[in-house]
Amino acid sequence: MEGLIFLIPAMPLAGFFINLFFGRFLPKRVVGWLATALVGVSFVIALTEYFHLLSLTSAARALAPNLFTWFAVGHLSIHFGAYLDPLSSVMILFVTGVATLIHAYSIGYMDHDPRFRTFFVYLNLFVFSMLVLVLANNFVVAFLGWEGVGACSYWLISFWFDRDSAASAGKKAFIINRIGDFGYMLGMFLLFEVAKSLNYTSVFGNIASSAAHGGHPFISGPQATAIALLLFVGAAGKSAQIPLFVWLVDAMEGPTPVSALIHAATMVTAGVYLMARVAPIIHLSSNAGTVIAIVGAATAFVAATAATAQNDIKKVLAYSTVSQLGYMFLGIGSGAYVAAIFLMITHAFYKALLFLGAGSVIHSLGDEQDIKKMGALYKLMPITGFTFIIAWLSIAGLPPFSGFFSKGDVLLAAYSKSPILWAVGAITAILTAYYMGREVYLVFFGSPRYREALTNHDGHGAHSEPHESPKVMTVPLIILAIASILAGVMNLGISSSTDFLTNWLMPVFGKAQANLTFGGGTKVILEVGDIVFALLGIFIATRAWSKTASNPSLEVGFLKKGWQIDHLFDSVFARGSSGLAIELNEIVDNEVIDGAVNGSGRLIGALGGSLRGIQSGYVRSYALIISFGVVLILGFVITRAGL
Amino acid sequence: MNSILGLISTGPKIVFPSISYKAIGPEIILIVGALVIMLISSLAPSLKRTKAIGAMAFAVTAIALIDSIVLWSNFVSHGASRAIASSIVLDGFAIFLMITISSAALLSVLAGEAYLSRSRIGRVEYHCLLLLSSAGAILLASAGDLIVVFLGLEILSIALYVMAAFEKRNQLSGEAGLKYFILGGFSSAIFLYGIALTYGATGTTNIQKIASFLATNTVTSNGVLLAGIALLIVGLGFKVAAVPFHLWTPDVYQGAPAAASGYMAAVAKAAGFAGLLRILITAFPTQRLDWQPIIWGLAALTLVVGAILAIVQSDIKRMLAYSSINHAGFVLLGVAAGTAGGVSGSLYYLIAYTFMVIGTFAIVNVFEDSDTGVVPIERLRGLARTNPALALFMAVLLVAQAGAPLTTGLLAKFSVIAATVKAHSYILAVIAMLSAVIATFFYLRVVAVMYSKVPQDKVSESPIDDEEVLVFASGGDGDLGSFDRPEGDLAVLAPAKVAVARSLRISTEAKIVVGISILFTVGFGIFPNPLVHMADLAKLLF
Repeated sequence: MEGLIFLIPAMPLAGFFINLFFGRFLPKRVVGWLATALVGVSFVIALTEYFHLLSLTSAARALAPNLFTWFAVGHLSIHFGAYLDPLSSVMILFVTGVATLIHAYSIGYMDHDPRFRTFFVYLNLFVFSMLVLVLANNFVVAFLGWEGVGACSYWLISFWFDRDSAASAGKKAFIINRIGDFGYMLGMFLLFEVAKSLNYTSVFGNIASSAAHGGHPFISGPQATAIALLLFVGAAGKSAQIPLFVWLVDAMEGPTPVSALIHAATMVTAGVYLMARVAPIIHLSSNAGTVIAIVGAATAFVAATAATAQNDIKKVLAYSTVSQLGYMFLGIGSGAYVAAIFLMITHAFYKALLFLGAGSVIHSLGDEQDIKKMGALYKLMPITGFTFIIAWLSIAGLPPFSGFFSKGDVLLAAYSKSPILWAVGAITAILTAYYMGREVYLVFFGSPRYREALTNHDGHGAHSEPHESPKVMTVPLIILAIASILAGVMNLGISSSTDFLTNWLMPVFGKAQANLTFGGGTKVILEVGDIVFALLGIFIATRAWSKTASNPSLEVGFLKKGWQIDHLFDSVFARGSSGLAIELNEIVDNEVIDGAVNGSGRLIGALGGSLRGIQSGYVRSYALIISFGVVLILGFVITRAGL
Repeated sequence: MNSILGLISTGPKIVFPSISYKAIGPEIILIVGALVIMLISSLAPSLKRTKAIGAMAFAVTAIALIDSIVLWSNFVSHGASRAIASSIVLDGFAIFLMITISSAALLSVLAGEAYLSRSRIGRVEYHCLLLLSSAGAILLASAGDLIVVFLGLEILSIALYVMAAFEKRNQLSGEAGLKYFILGGFSSAIFLYGIALTYGATGTTNIQKIASFLATNTVTSNGVLLAGIALLIVGLGFKVAAVPFHLWTPDVYQGAPAAASGYMAAVAKAAGFAGLLRILITAFPTQRLDWQPIIWGLAALTLVVGAILAIVQSDIKRMLAYSSINHAGFVLLGVAAGTAGGVSGSLYYLIAYTFMVIGTFAIVNVFEDSDTGVVPIERLRGLARTNPALALFMAVLLVAQAGAPLTTGLLAKFSVIAATVKAHSYILAVIAMLSAVIATFFYLRVVAVMYSKVPQDKVSESPIDDEEVLVFASGGDGDLGSFDRPEGDLAVLAPAKVAVARSLRISTEAKIVVGISILFTVGFGIFPNPLVHMADLAKLLF
């Protein structure tokens, strides 16, 4: 059984290679279905591995088969090996499951695209990278997957690279991810320095055994704080937390299945997974959890407010994802790892559903994305509309939909951490129900405003009327809708015997998982509160948007621009992106040619006159600077010399 | 050297040290090879303009490489040794660098052929200079005495000055050579003064003896010694292009032919770092607390300045020059750590960088224009459409330089940063990684240009295309014999198409260079064990 684990990432990798080398000889349909089927096979293998784990005792549920030793430097030896425990098995199940559906959906969605095959090549590689990230048995191999996911997302977001906005969005994603990677790498180095190993089994085993023997902790508190927070920088980059969330919103420029794949199932959950993986380290630190919870709550709130003012159907969903990820980190920071994973899974279902539903709408309106130009589509697209509404109620947190249970768990934990965090989460819950309600009303109800869109965009041939999407697109919608409704069953929170997910994951988190105890009716009051918040949000949305499509007082400009954080980012990183911008805006011509001919002394603009003066091209000034350096160094040694 | 010193103290009896020719085998092969090539070319002038010269130079470097590998296997079985009155040290460190340098020379001979068959000047001279400078670099790597270090440095540098100025039709090239020469002379003088001060403080120039002198004696007034160390660092800092001694680099890399720039970037760095590591770590381990902060500062400055200035470049050769400065900063991390891990990290970095940079410059050479020597990044626009394979290889080499996974670049950065963290220089590690993030921008920028399309409306009036026409015209003036392209077709092609036709003309030699670089970079990226193991064995002999 253990060897089979390697087949899970091998399947999409095989798909990648087959389609890369032989794709051009295969008919389009074959390419698409082959890619889908291989990911589907991964899902089936993941399922058998899950049952295999289930058959073991809970203490033995950690398999670490080794493939080969990648390299060994000094004390550091890195193996290409897998680590399958309850946490990673849950991850691979839902990564491969959701990815299979999205692959199938893409066959319909990308049908008209001339680069259909390339798309599936990227898609398979993306899933492969994600599986490497999740299944790795050490931080270095996980980092390979981590980087791979980043690179693939860059290609996929800028898939339509002839759109300038898509190309720049891809770059933004890549660059911000690099900032995150930098945190990851530093955290990894520090961990190696402290723990002398980067292997999960040995690091977490040592932490557990030193905790069991009492005495000196394996990693001291301050060290654990530093490591956890550095890794959190990485997680914040991948999972779009303040202030690194700007890329996720722009990432909407990619094809819709990519948005669904990135936002729902894979990339953004990588950060949450990493944090859950290092739960024992976070647990050793006294402050890291608090920082993570605060960042999470702030992100949830800021993104939810921004979502209320967006007009692009996908941008609303993008901010919504950021906000939901904030909830997940709120859960992690509060020690509610199970709740965070639970929310991640349920979110994967309803967010994938929302994106695919949005894609279905966009597809039928000839690539129109402005919700102000939609309306009254429910009757024309009943399946899309109905499933979309299910997703809305689920994300709003209304029982019996899955979102109620998962978000409720996070809020419970937040309350026990601090009532302030809970309050922020609660306000965000109202906002969530509201902004999704706004989108539902503007897209599916009210007056039809799509005529103009259909005449303006001559998308895919002659559309006379919006129409329901083909089966290959609606079937995934239906499956995801059912999952969105039922996923709550995993962890109902009624009695411990029905909390399947908690029981499954507890061996992984152990003491790191916060133990929640509530006196008397507190828990019931909080849960009723959740329902009230959801209804309140839905009520406001209905009052404000069911009749009209224009309500400027509710669409604050400041929020529309995402609290200006994007702008801030641009100005802070203006230097970095200026190099890209120069190339993008094609202002190169004269400056470049003249500059190049003039040769030296040509450090244009950006760094100002002073640096240009240094690189003057004159030998005498170069010699002067060398002398200056010599004097500086000699000056330094004189201070150290005992003359 | 010792015999001369002995002369001063003991009287007029000259004792010649026994000379082990085996220990300086690669140097002898390279120098004799260069002389033989010169001789043959003057006896048979008809050979001068043929590939036979290149083939001979290739054979010489290949023999030198094989000899280095033989030395390595001797080292593995018998351990390190000293030769010629301890002025030559044959330790793993030296031999590892011999292999690095002779591989660089081998690739550069090929890349040089690709350049020379376009430029058609001084084929013999180019190859001979290249062989001689490699001999200097290898001598420096195995030097056990400061005077031998200086000897190697000068043999290396003087040949490089000429190579920088090689493209005589191009004003920039001449200017580059002259600048390099003047500033190089300046830094050599500083280095020599450093040797003098060190000799004054310790009474010897032999690295081993300096170390044992400092270990057994406490230098009470150490001002002279520290000043000597500082000046030695400056002299070598110039060679490796550490900020603020880097100013020549962009001008020289841009002015020199791309093939020569790639060679310079690889070999001058490898040799300069060989000297720096050898001197600081084996001669002055006792002075560590004094030199470490200096290297720390140089590394930080070099990393940051290299990365930031690379962003604003629009000429790819200049961009690569600043990127090489950034890389020097990374190698300095290993020096700053001053540990065995730091040394092997630096060595791994140097060999990885050697292959990446020579491969990259070999591709740049394809786009170079002999009259001005410039290669605007824009010239690569749309390369992915016209020559997908070349664009892919260039992209791989660039992202490898950025430290992408599954290339040697990742482990190179990883090992030096790991050494830095191990030495508890956390701030320096943070600076290094930030600079790596910045560096990603400019590598990615070139990749983005290659993978974007040529804007149709700009084709006719863009100055680049006019330039392309000029290139075509000047190329057409000479003899078209070696250009295997259909002449008739070109006359009717649009300017943009000329660019395409030009970019497709890649010589076999260039293909081999790029192929080997890619194989090395990706091969050892996926299976790094043998190379890592080698770098681990390549310790300095104390």
